[in-house]
Amino acid sequence: MLADIGLISLTIAFLFSLYATIVSAYGGWRERTVWVESARNASLLVFPLLTIPVLVIVYSLYTFDFSLAYVYDVSSRAMSPFLRVTALWGGQQGSVLFWAWLMAGFVTIVLLRKWDRDRELMPWVTFVAMLTTAFFVGVVLFITNPFMRLWHVPGAPELTQALFQPANAMPYFPEDGNGLNPLLRHFGMIGHPPTTYLGFTGFVIPFAFAIAALITGQSRRDEWILTTRRWTLFAWIFLSIGLVLGGRWAYDVLGWGGFWGWDPVENAMLMPWLTGTAFLHSVMMTEKRGMMKKWNMVLIILTYSLALFGTFITRTGVISSVHAFAKTALGPAFFAFIGITFLGSLTILYLRWDTLKSDHSLESFVSREAAFVLQNMLFLAVTFAVFWGTVFPLISELVTGTKITVGPPYFQRVTGPIFFALVLLMGVAPLFAWRKQAARSPGKAIWIPFAASLGFTAIWGFSHRIHPASIFGLWLVTFTLSAILAEFWKGIQARHATRGENFVTALFNLISRNHRRYGGYIIHLGVVLIAMGVIGDAYFKQETQGTVSQGEMLSVGGYQLEFQKLLGYPGSDGREIVEAVLGLSQNGQPIRVLNPRRDYFVVQEQPVTVPGVYSTPGVDVYVMLVGWDDNGTSATFKIYVNSLINWVWIGGIVMILGTIIATWSNPAHREATYAFKPEIVISHP
Amino acid sequence: MHNLNRKLILVLLILLASFLTVTVVYAQDGQPPTDNDVLRVAKQLYCPVCPNTPLDVCETKACLDWRAQIRDQLAQGWTDQQIIDYFVTQYGERVLAEPQRKGFTSLVWFFPLIAVLLGIGIVYEVLKNWRAKKPALATSAPLPQIPDDILKKIEREIQEMD
Repeated sequence: MLADIGLISLTIAFLFSLYATIVSAYGGWRERTVWVESARNASLLVFPLLTIPVLVIVYSLYTFDFSLAYVYDVSSRAMSPFLRVTALWGGQQGSVLFWAWLMAGFVTIVLLRKWDRDRELMPWVTFVAMLTTAFFVGVVLFITNPFMRLWHVPGAPELTQALFQPANAMPYFPEDGNGLNPLLRHFGMIGHPPTTYLGFTGFVIPFAFAIAALITGQSRRDEWILTTRRWTLFAWIFLSIGLVLGGRWAYDVLGWGGFWGWDPVENAMLMPWLTGTAFLHSVMMTEKRGMMKKWNMVLIILTYSLALFGTFITRTGVISSVHAFAKTALGPAFFAFIGITFLGSLTILYLRWDTLKSDHSLESFVSREAAFVLQNMLFLAVTFAVFWGTVFPLISELVTGTKITVGPPYFQRVTGPIFFALVLLMGVAPLFAWRKQAARSPGKAIWIPFAASLGFTAIWGFSHRIHPASIFGLWLVTFTLSAILAEFWKGIQARHATRGENFVTALFNLISRNHRRYGGYIIHLGVVLIAMGVIGDAYFKQETQGTVSQGEMLSVGGYQLEFQKLLGYPGSDGREIVEAVLGLSQNGQPIRVLNPRRDYFVVQEQPVTVPGVYSTPGVDVYVMLVGWDDNGTSATFKIYVNSLINWVWIGGIVMILGTIIATWSNPAHREATYAFKPEIVISHP
Repeated sequence: MHNLNRKLILVLLILLASFLTVTVVYAQDGQPPTDNDVLRVAKQLYCPVCPNTPLDVCETKACLDWRAQIRDQLAQGWTDQQIIDYFVTQYGERVLAEPQRKGFTSLVWFFPLIAVLLGIGIVYEVLKNWRAKKPALATSAPLPQIPDDILKKIEREIQEMD
């Protein structure tokens, strides 16, 4: 009964979003306010209409309504209420519905808040946003419907999934469900999908505004950028959080001692993040100098298309096998929609290319502007490298028929140097002035961080001589870090000297008076910390695997692990646990006991490796229980000594902090933004 | 007959590989291969049947067997490269973690390089164009003509905002 209400509401939501798409385009084209208003009203109803099916699914998950195929697939009686509710995005049907719901929510906020200010753009913003919403709601309705029921057809070997009762079929009510994939029962994987989707769907707003600006010719003015600046940052930071959470999940759950494996699914998420980051920077150039308007458009179109592409590869599994493509209608539908979005946007961009001329010119090759162009190019290059490596197996299979694998060695080798250049640029660019660089002054500003970084590297590199490339990596990180800190120091000192503020007050005022600039620098600091973690992971990782009897020891990287005993006991959520007890010591000094586990989920017949981790700012000792003999007297362990890996997570938190500071609404600043507008009007009537 | 051919090719390949690569033979020092030796080889390979899973971390029964096979081969004195080549002849190019640098597959390495070079070219062109343009506001004095009443209105609005 409830499911029927959900299904009906979903159907109406689809019809309304379709109506809003068509009518807003018509109203925009003919400039008929009545139609545009009607489209707006229809759009505003889509979000509440989608909320009903979302609530119905959540309620069904909560109350164990296993007659729904989706509930049967992703939940079970053994799961806690919290896990059952989060199972909303634990499977395909639920997560696509969740995607559509979030997007409709964003559209609603935009339509409520920006309607009066950006009247000219709104018909087309509505058009673009509702077209995407209609597509996703259509996919939920026609391709991966979460309201499918289980039916028993006499004579059929398996249960049938259908929305409505097939002929002769009996409804089937299973006693218990399959339960959420055990690998997904982790805070990282519970937080990862919603944050990622917030990021992906968040980019629809700047994209819709960009396309609307192009269609109306408003792209001549750059207002759409000011309107969507916060949205972009919002989408970007959620995508960043999603990436970090996904990495943390991989580290804790997948049991290979790392956080990034260059899997197609990971790459799919990294690509829109890369172009989105480039877009954030390019938009700054337009705000400051009225330049790079074409880049903005190209980058937002790419970012949004890549976000759709990411959903496409994640949801269809097309990369691992071409055959997954046509298994359901999902692959072709997505492929067609991405194609239409991408090519349609490019066509509009081509037609409006002339509206995107730069207002200013460049006076020097060594300037902040030049650095911005270079970084955009580097971001595009690294995106291309990731894209190419991700889709190449597919191309190879289609062209030559040979299946190949493009594994981490490719990505490390190709993207490594480009990332190196990007991080370096991040340290150097703030030292360049806008417009023009007097030939000598960057040298002066650079040499202190440069000398400091050389010093650090020499000492550090001397004590850890492992890999020559690691020395470059360490230098890069210390140089960029000190260059950014030097920027803070310069500002603090200036305030201290001119206003007599003490250093803490000066730092506080510095950040709060220029929150965008220093928020940005704090984000950069976060990125450097992540880079440090990545370098630690790439060059300083040590590992060993061995089988030991009780009382015997394994040692690696100055740490010793003594196998004490093996325990077996039943755990929560329907699992059988085998746990090893290991004494960890460093150079003979006992540190603590580690308990790597192997959880076996009986119903799903799936083992999950839970590592025992001793975590410090410098290193993580990460132990996995690989196997054991039947009476538990000997066991096999894999041990990783992961250097600096914690800085990846710390860097992620610093980035979030920086973003909050950068987006902080500051009344004085908001006035300044509005005062900026008439100037634009004058220069382009 | 077919089987014999296959073996012959294999032997030839192994011979060829041993000429081409610097080889380390583990069986000669009398030590049985350790887990670390096995994983060193497995790390360079992908599971031939599972989607996107490196052989050193794959936990399926088939992968356990493959790792056991690597151990046997190491014990028999095979070099890392010989084992890898063996896997390629048995299961195809897809078992290699690092794509080859020959044939069609070399394009995977080649294109990013072209992209970077192209990118540098574009950056140079963009900057050159920007430089070639005269500073827009400083020199091109005649601002677009705006009717006086509109200008006054704008000025009034600006004042109201302050």
